[in-house]
Amino acid sequence: MELDPLVLSRIQFAFVVCFHAIFPVFTIGLASFIAVLEALSFKTGNPVWQKLSKFWIQVFAVVFGMGVVSGIVMSFQFGTNWSNFAYATANFLGPVLSYEVITAFFLEAAFLGVLLFGRDKVPQGVHLFAAIMVATGTFISSFWILSANSLMQTPDGLELRNGMYHVVSWADALFTASFAYRFAHMALASFLTAALVVAGVSAWFILQKREFETNRKALSIALWMLLILAPLQVFIGDLHGLNTLKHQPMKVAAMEGNWQTSNGVPLLLFAIPDQDAQTNHFEVKVPNMASYVLTHDWNGEVPGLNEVAPEMQPPVFIVFWAFRVMVAMGLLMVLFSIWGLVLRVKGKYYQSTSFLQGLRLMSLSPFFAVLAGWVVTETGRAPWLIYGQMTHAQGVTPSLTGGMALFTLIGYIVVYALVFSAGVYYLLKVFRGGIEKANRPHEQDEVERAKRPFSAAHASLEGDN
Amino acid sequence: MEQPFDLTLIWAGIIAFGVMMYVLMDGFDLGQGILFPFAPDEHHRDVMMNSVAPVWDGNETWLVLGGAGLLAAFPLVYAVFLPALYIGVFLLLAGLIFRGVAFEFRFKAKTSKYLWNWAFAGGSTVAAFAQGAVVGAYIQGFKTENFRYVGGALDWLTPFTVITGLGLVAGYALLGATWLIMKSEGSVQQWAYKLAPRLLLMVLVVFAVISVYTPFVDPLVKERWFSGFSAIWILPLLALYCAYIVFSSLRKQQEGMPFVATMGLFLFTYLGLLASKWPYMVPPNYTLYDAASAFESQLFLLLGFLFVIPIVLTYTAWTYWVFRGKVKAGGYH
Repeated sequence: MELDPLVLSRIQFAFVVCFHAIFPVFTIGLASFIAVLEALSFKTGNPVWQKLSKFWIQVFAVVFGMGVVSGIVMSFQFGTNWSNFAYATANFLGPVLSYEVITAFFLEAAFLGVLLFGRDKVPQGVHLFAAIMVATGTFISSFWILSANSLMQTPDGLELRNGMYHVVSWADALFTASFAYRFAHMALASFLTAALVVAGVSAWFILQKREFETNRKALSIALWMLLILAPLQVFIGDLHGLNTLKHQPMKVAAMEGNWQTSNGVPLLLFAIPDQDAQTNHFEVKVPNMASYVLTHDWNGEVPGLNEVAPEMQPPVFIVFWAFRVMVAMGLLMVLFSIWGLVLRVKGKYYQSTSFLQGLRLMSLSPFFAVLAGWVVTETGRAPWLIYGQMTHAQGVTPSLTGGMALFTLIGYIVVYALVFSAGVYYLLKVFRGGIEKANRPHEQDEVERAKRPFSAAHASLEGDN
Repeated sequence: MEQPFDLTLIWAGIIAFGVMMYVLMDGFDLGQGILFPFAPDEHHRDVMMNSVAPVWDGNETWLVLGGAGLLAAFPLVYAVFLPALYIGVFLLLAGLIFRGVAFEFRFKAKTSKYLWNWAFAGGSTVAAFAQGAVVGAYIQGFKTENFRYVGGALDWLTPFTVITGLGLVAGYALLGATWLIMKSEGSVQQWAYKLAPRLLLMVLVVFAVISVYTPFVDPLVKERWFSGFSAIWILPLLALYCAYIVFSSLRKQQEGMPFVATMGLFLFTYLGLLASKWPYMVPPNYTLYDAASAFESQLFLLLGFLFVIPIVLTYTAWTYWVFRGKVKAGGYH
């Protein structure tokens, strides 16, 4: 079988970016949660907030460390596997990625040290400031990277001259038509991720009857967050979808599994899209519902995949199912947010074992939702790398062979498998240690080693302590 | 577009400075990893790792900035070097990942400590070798057509790049040893004193081989150095003088000077290399002006640098001040 460097590069990019994405999506939300805890501690002086903050800072340190390590790889992927794309877009992409480093990465790196190790070295107000700066840094970082991605989805402000894009308007290029929606959708996703992980872990501690009052407070905050954010995300997600319909109709057609442009299109609950036959099998549908959702008219016209040639369609099966996974996770979140409210009104959200067990499982749901969402938007853009302008095939590194791409794909999988299992194994130990261990006075020598993300965490790699 | 001033030249200066800073800063901490397997015991290894623990990840942020900065200012370099060095770049990144997590996990580990020792040593050495090979590949030049790399996957791997790779491994080890002299005491320092002269000798041998070999690899270099006497000869002479200082300060058991002089040795060798290849950024076909991005992009980023970098340096300095004082040399058991 001939190895195709294009397909292998796409798999490789999907793999390294998915692996990387799960860390920042969590740390962006968690950084804000920690800043809130520090602010509550600063304002009320109640020791509960500091106890919580100490524990969640440990978790943050480990996840942030994994994000940094996997992020280094990302900054070289464009050059190694997509050099034509990198070269063509360098006038835009280069400054944007550089700005991300100087406005966000350095801010995070510097203030993270103070956040992790400076509690006894700086006044409490300064420590709070460091927490806010780390949270700000994570948002600045997502601003730049989502701006770059939005340009690939809805290009604007650029002009092609001699094979290179030139920026004619920085404002147009940075704030393209899909940017505001993507940023809002992603920011909410990050907050939801933090809320659900905090809820799940707190629920687990409460089930074990550990540090009940402290964890109950964390659970309460997380559930309030969930109650506001989950329905809001459905609303923002809908707006984002309508924006996509306007600018990238084929992506929406693939999401809906709609092969023919027509009126009164049904919403498919289940189907097996068959790209070769340009049709679906085993459809389970709600009549006219897709038309209503997308056009707010029961008989509205919904674009179908037949508007472009089959080779210009995105891979429908992947987009169709990734979209359903994302929506299912989102609806589950809404369900839990309402369930939480009902239990709270009855005054026993921390007593219902089935609810708490459910929350434990739900702590994984935001990661599935985020990865599925990115699969929808990235795969749904295919065959375009820059929508309507440059295809994946045009962007790939011309000198790349299938063998080279396969070699590094296997390499990254092996490296990440090793690093990831060590990281997750260690994170689980931090969770097992819980609030108690995070607040135990630890050996002096660990304090001495400043500015090491993982050394903020006190668990040892093997054994029970 | 009419350019009021030569931004490309300014950016070449910034990138050249950034590369030098990265080499010096990450050099001494990669050096700890290279020397790791030769350390007599775990106590020595603890001290070695502690001596660089607070700074190494800041250094690697500069590497990320280097990648992004090259894409912004000289996209041709980014778009030719990375495809041409595809396998090498993977080895470099894999090496950096392993040594990075080894920093984190070794201190938490008990029974699996030896595994993290190997990850740290192997990762550091592979990363250093790959960086040296990049330098060698730059001297060799790249097969390009129409602003694209058109060579094969392993064109970069030649006897010459193996030598430059080993040269940088030895050079980083020397930086690491002299850094350790400055930052440690007792048996660790004595061990480093013993090691450093041998490493210096290795570095000089490899540098001599490279200096003799380079003119044969590249006629431009030959022309530049051997067609009459030129002012650039001052650079290798200064490099040799620095080597002499390293040697004599080691004999006198001075603590700071060996490291400073080793940095000087690196600096003048580096400047000599730049003098050899100027103005070619993607040899043999493209100069820095061919490799440059658009004026407005270079300007857009430069403005940001002027405003943001002073702020970055200020708060970075502040955090160093918060954690001022000696790093304890003790173990972490």
